[in-house]
Amino acid sequence: MKNLIERLHIKYSLTDIVNQRDNFVYLTIRKENAIDLVTYLKDYEGFSHFVLLSCVDWIEEGKFQLSYFLNQPNKKFDITIRTMIDRENAEMQSAHHLWKHIETYQRELREMYGINFPGSPRIEENFILEGWDEIPPMRREFDTKKYSEKTFFPREGRITYDPATYMKDKLYPNAPITAKVNKKDE
Amino acid sequence: MIDDKLNNKQIEDVSKFFAPENKKRNVETPDGQIIEVNPLTDYFSEARPKVHEPNSSKVVEKFLNWARAESLWVLGFGTGCGSIEIPPLLTPRFDAFRFGVQMRPTPRQSNVIIISGYLAVKTLKRVIRSYEQMQNPKYVLALGSCTINGGMYYDSYNTINRLDKYIPVDVYVAGCMPRPEALLAGFMKLKELIKAGKAENANKYVENFDEYKANQKKIINDWNMPDYNW
Repeated sequence: MKNLIERLHIKYSLTDIVNQRDNFVYLTIRKENAIDLVTYLKDYEGFSHFVLLSCVDWIEEGKFQLSYFLNQPNKKFDITIRTMIDRENAEMQSAHHLWKHIETYQRELREMYGINFPGSPRIEENFILEGWDEIPPMRREFDTKKYSEKTFFPREGRITYDPATYMKDKLYPNAPITAKVNKKDE
Repeated sequence: MIDDKLNNKQIEDVSKFFAPENKKRNVETPDGQIIEVNPLTDYFSEARPKVHEPNSSKVVEKFLNWARAESLWVLGFGTGCGSIEIPPLLTPRFDAFRFGVQMRPTPRQSNVIIISGYLAVKTLKRVIRSYEQMQNPKYVLALGSCTINGGMYYDSYNTINRLDKYIPVDVYVAGCMPRPEALLAGFMKLKELIKAGKAENANKYVENFDEYKANQKKIINDWNMPDYNW
């Protein structure tokens, strides 16, 4: 598989290669070439199984990181293609023509992160959130606790205890705070 | 750009519209009334729900309550992780049948709905539809801490915190998740309440209908169903 990665590097000028395991590698590539690389791997290298499409919000860098997880079932090899796209007016080339189920991932990403995939079928439809009118909830600037308190009815009297001190007070109230160490053990 | 040609689905829709069985027509009802029927529209009643009055005789009401307590027919509706706790109830180990508890596939045949765990806003809409379609007298059993105060999802953007703001709850079973034994204890408690004539929360829903609807419509933004579904 080293051979394959080298060939890909020459062909697509990958920006980063991380060998996670013997049979699992992360490849980072520029946004323009990402779908080309996925198509190449599917058509010529036997990566016939599309595992998932996920997104990470790097708010400090102003980027979204998309990851396309591919699997080669015959050789038991996984490749993940990562690409960074801008957070402002986030848009990515659609890959629904390669595998049918990518359109569902793209609908989800559109709803949860506000990433647009032009041309993807049913991209405008609601996925889970029906009639959502706030900013997409998985973006990190969205304050989910504040929204929950504003929208739902929080029940009064919710207290959070520190588990360690709470269990000590419950079970061993008379025990000293720090454990004694025997001199013999030292 | 407007496409002059119709695609297959549009042709199908148009031909459906002009089909003879879908034309407006006058129909005679069983009691001799003549009404106009348009098969292409949805019909629903706009009547508000009514309070389920108890029987005038106390003895009869007591007998009816006993009978109701012995036949709890549960709607097969699972929300969240608690729906996994319900199938073991019907196995020989826990055997809910001996308490008169059995599962039903449709809201029309059931009088108990178990809200089993966290409730997303999308699911809440379906729960309201199912709950309102159930026959009176009906009872709600809320399972798990998610229905009490949100549980571990108290700060989630998509799960409700308090179930009793949206539909009236008769019995809460606390825990995360409660075991099937706890659910059986909940059923026993519900039976006690019914026999004592205290499980009247379906009437509370009717009396405070506007308040419940306001709460429901506050979070369900795409309200595309009648106000009362039955």
